[in-house]
Amino acid sequence: MQENQSDNQQENMWGRMRQALGPTELPTDDRGRMRMVVDNLVLHLHPAKVPERTLRWTYTWGLGGLSAMLLMVLVSTGVFLQMNYTPSPAQAYQDILNLRMDTWFGDLLRNVHHWSANLLVLVAVLHLLRVFYTGGHRGPRAVNWIVGIIMLLLVLGSNFTGYLLPWDQLAYWAVTVGTSILSYIPLLGEPLSRLLLGGPEVGAATLLNFYALHISFIPISMVMLMSLHFWKVRKDGGLTIPKRAKETEEPKMERVTTIPHLVRKELVFAVAWLAIILIWSMLVPAPLEGIANPEVSPNPAKAPWYFMGLQEMLLHFHPLVGAVLIPGIVLVGLFAMPFYDVGGASVGVYFRSQRGRAMAALAVSAAVLIMPAWILLDEFVLNWSAWLPSWPALISNGLVPLAFLMLGFFMLDEVVLRRFKASLEERVLFLFTFLLVAFVILTLTGIFFRGEGMQLMWPWLVGAAH
Amino acid sequence: MASKKDLSTATEGEPVKRRDLLKTAWAVLGGLAAIELGGISLAYMQPRLAEGEFGGLISAGNVDDFPPGSVTHIPSARCYLSRLPDGGFLAIYQRCTHLGCSVPWDQTAQQFVCPCHSSSFDTQGDVLNPPAPRPLDIFPVVIEEGVVKIDTGSPVARQAIDPGQVVYS
Repeated sequence: MQENQSDNQQENMWGRMRQALGPTELPTDDRGRMRMVVDNLVLHLHPAKVPERTLRWTYTWGLGGLSAMLLMVLVSTGVFLQMNYTPSPAQAYQDILNLRMDTWFGDLLRNVHHWSANLLVLVAVLHLLRVFYTGGHRGPRAVNWIVGIIMLLLVLGSNFTGYLLPWDQLAYWAVTVGTSILSYIPLLGEPLSRLLLGGPEVGAATLLNFYALHISFIPISMVMLMSLHFWKVRKDGGLTIPKRAKETEEPKMERVTTIPHLVRKELVFAVAWLAIILIWSMLVPAPLEGIANPEVSPNPAKAPWYFMGLQEMLLHFHPLVGAVLIPGIVLVGLFAMPFYDVGGASVGVYFRSQRGRAMAALAVSAAVLIMPAWILLDEFVLNWSAWLPSWPALISNGLVPLAFLMLGFFMLDEVVLRRFKASLEERVLFLFTFLLVAFVILTLTGIFFRGEGMQLMWPWLVGAAH
Repeated sequence: MASKKDLSTATEGEPVKRRDLLKTAWAVLGGLAAIELGGISLAYMQPRLAEGEFGGLISAGNVDDFPPGSVTHIPSARCYLSRLPDGGFLAIYQRCTHLGCSVPWDQTAQQFVCPCHSSSFDTQGDVLNPPAPRPLDIFPVVIEEGVVKIDTGSPVARQAIDPGQVVYS
């Protein structure tokens, strides 16, 4: 009470206003710095002190923080974009043209939104990989692993719904291809796809549905889940503490104050990334093709780049297997990861241990050798539906190759188990890494090596046909 | 705290405790409300059908406009009218059964070739080359007084070619 009185004894109104905003001087001792973190709404997301080792760049790479920053950039640029956009097929494309030509900084705003969204997909995936390889999904952190995967799916959903909004050819056909994949889910798929599209084809109702999801449902869910994610990080005792592979005992917990050690790094990191995004957005325009034409599918018609791995799978498997069954199994495997990837107390070590590192390297080499060979083989030699003409395509072109694939994985696992005497942890690490690299190779093949008619060709010939 | 305990022990042994009955009633009511809310949301989100859009009966032209062995694009019906060499009509929906791309007719190759994943189909819409899992969908065709009409309201999914679906004038 006495303090309040002395506060109000500032000599004039401006002084009292300034005082209401918070402390007027930066603290000079650790006690004051810790106090400041606790008293500030934004800063108190952090603990007052953090383990010195978790501040290493080369441990976290700042990926979680960067994701949060990108979300803020996306929300703020998104609000501005909404002011110049009408979600109707008659108006949407013209609005984008107006935004680019006749609106001050409209083009820059659109580019920043576009590139931040694409960067967020990449950064969110890298964040997941960092957590997996350092064992950050184990024990009590399992909940945050699951929350994180849900957020990753929301990021993809947000990207996909946003992809349609410019209503150009790229948008129209990417969304047509993407939503058609849905209709292969047995029983539920057809009604679900109709619900999402608001009709049998992508049209006015689809644009309005996607707009509503993109500007309200997904961002609100993201912000709520992000709060939960941050809160759980604190609840679970902060980040995992990095240690070297050879260190056996728990590392000493040397703690430093959050101000300045963590906050300073975060600010420098955020400003550097903002600069990179701005410069990139000034130099590289977001793609925009001609207005959507439901009559003419472009050749080749490609999904957004983060779905190209999936689309590449569709070239090799019946859609029920390639787009529903395999991704479904992988997704369930990801969600359940903390509950079977157990044993080995190597939290905080990249690739868990020296042996883990070797296992990962082995998996990368195996995938780099096997995947291109398999893609070429399937493209030019294997022709299941012709070899098994009397069988339905789902079996001949779906379940039969899937069975061979599973057999292949089983054999790889056996090799790792018998030849290298791998532990459960190392086997999971091997398979995860193999699938990861395989997916990256499929994605790169889809983006760079598929040209007209989705034929395999060299990257420099892909664009040449146009 | 003590009175609560007394209540639960006092009623032990009776067939249904009042507390449990009320709990169950609340759970059932809550469940019903959730189902209701879900149903309402689903009903609300059902496709909105606008008048005058693709989805009605569309006249393609006179029977004689389409020579046997020809394939003609009918843009307003989003389909190709294929007149087979024996004079029968099929209205083939242009939406690929693989992933929904619009399949153009290739006059020189006499095939439908999908640009997205290079599925190809013959003049009846049957699959020549996967990945398309089934023939192109068709629309019912009616021929009234020499005019070919296409009912675009209900595409028919075919698992295989059925000659009974070909319409003769």
